[in-house]
Amino acid sequence: MFADVFFVEPWWMQLIKSLVIFLVVFNLVPITLLAERKLLGRFQARYGPNRVGPYGAMQPLADIGKLLGKQQFAPRHAQHFLYVIAPCLSVIAAAGVIALIPFGPTVDIFGTETGLYGIDVSIGILFLFALGAVSFYGLMLGGWASTNKYSFLGAMRAAAQLISYEAAQGLALVGVVITAGSLSLVDIVEAQAGMWYFIPQFVGFIIFLIAGFAESNRPPFALPEGEAEIIGGYATEYGGGRFANYYMAEYLEVVVISFLTVTLFFGGWHLPFGIDPPHWVDPIVVIVKAIFFIFFFIWIRATLPALRYDQLMSFGWKVLLPLAMLNTLVTAVLVVTLN
Amino acid sequence: MTPPYDPGDVVEVVRAPEPGGVGGAYRAFGETLRGLKTTFKRFVEKPVTVEYPEEKYPVYPRFRGRHKLHRFEDTGLEKCVGCSLCAAACPADCIRVVAAENDPEHRVSAGERYAAVYEINLSRCIFCGYCEVACPFDAITMGHDYELSDYDRSDLIFTKEMLLAEPLERTPLRREGE
Repeated sequence: MFADVFFVEPWWMQLIKSLVIFLVVFNLVPITLLAERKLLGRFQARYGPNRVGPYGAMQPLADIGKLLGKQQFAPRHAQHFLYVIAPCLSVIAAAGVIALIPFGPTVDIFGTETGLYGIDVSIGILFLFALGAVSFYGLMLGGWASTNKYSFLGAMRAAAQLISYEAAQGLALVGVVITAGSLSLVDIVEAQAGMWYFIPQFVGFIIFLIAGFAESNRPPFALPEGEAEIIGGYATEYGGGRFANYYMAEYLEVVVISFLTVTLFFGGWHLPFGIDPPHWVDPIVVIVKAIFFIFFFIWIRATLPALRYDQLMSFGWKVLLPLAMLNTLVTAVLVVTLN
Repeated sequence: MTPPYDPGDVVEVVRAPEPGGVGGAYRAFGETLRGLKTTFKRFVEKPVTVEYPEEKYPVYPRFRGRHKLHRFEDTGLEKCVGCSLCAAACPADCIRVVAAENDPEHRVSAGERYAAVYEINLSRCIFCGYCEVACPFDAITMGHDYELSDYDRSDLIFTKEMLLAEPLERTPLRREGE
């Protein structure tokens, strides 16, 4: 019934490391929030926020404080339970993925064998997609429970977009799985010791990245929100703390997809040219690589205009999905013939 | 008269290549990279922002800001003789002048009469500069101050003393070639 877990630490070590991992990754969210606004400013030859605290460093705190200080309200006709639970689902689904991200191999901390990751399950990538599917519910239920036509239309749009791109994303990862011969994320990173997968799986990497943009509703795929046509999309009726939850889930997605790109295609904690630092450096290597991809997310947002909805759909189904299938096929044939 | 048609003058319309196909995908990829390059160039540049309250935007010499009333530099007498031509020229009807006879012992202005009351209601003023044009003695000119907001409308009625006084903060003037 449960997936195999390769390695289990004592309970207190699990508690400590889960706390550390979640605190580190969660704190990347407000940093991403600030970095986005500062970097977007720079990309447009302006400063970005610089009033709150030194260099505007307290801006996310002020934003979040403002949102949390607002009155909690719900539309009178909303399905109250679902309306309340939907943003939480979004955050939980995004945060759950953090547990799978490997920051380093198994190391010896004060005489206790510890894996520098939340949990190493044998079905890693499937688990990832299961959580991705749960995050649909966050958007869908939020849009539906609001009992508002714009929320509902936005939710339909978001769901259509996520399902379309999840297919391509999943197929893009099949290539990685075939090459590594394992679904476990730790095994995939270990298998990249010789060569990072973005070289043999370049097409897969591009597809994964593009689908990642669509999955996290980032520009140029930020269609679930559209001021002109559907106002705030599925989040139209949300305000205050609940809106902050959706917002946080979106940025958490960005962080998580950056970490996954590093894990699956950029060799996790490995460094190129045979550099082999001590194991305490490994988490830093992973985080620095992930920060590069977070920067890339922002860079893309500053560059590309939004797609039209029909372009989004035809790109997903007519370009990315066939390309991902072809990539899987070629990878499979190559792996079979070479081995 | 329309010049005669010259086919050599016609600029040919350059259209983007049709999207789709392998070539389209290649172009889309290349153009995306080109876009990334363009934005990155902006990223390494210094921002062009003028951080306003700390750093004031310089104005051109002919900028029409808050009015000033002038005195003769040698005698210190007011240039305004209370003729009300500015009030007559004002399209927003925001100037009020009440003239009075000069006392020969204590002259206020150089002329026969002077402005006993000279008020400009800056909440109505449209900064057109007609008052400046209408004035026969160059007694009123448009200054450079543009920070005129206040908490109360009545505080925006500027009296003669306020218009004669030097502004508290100088507005920076645009330098040559700036």
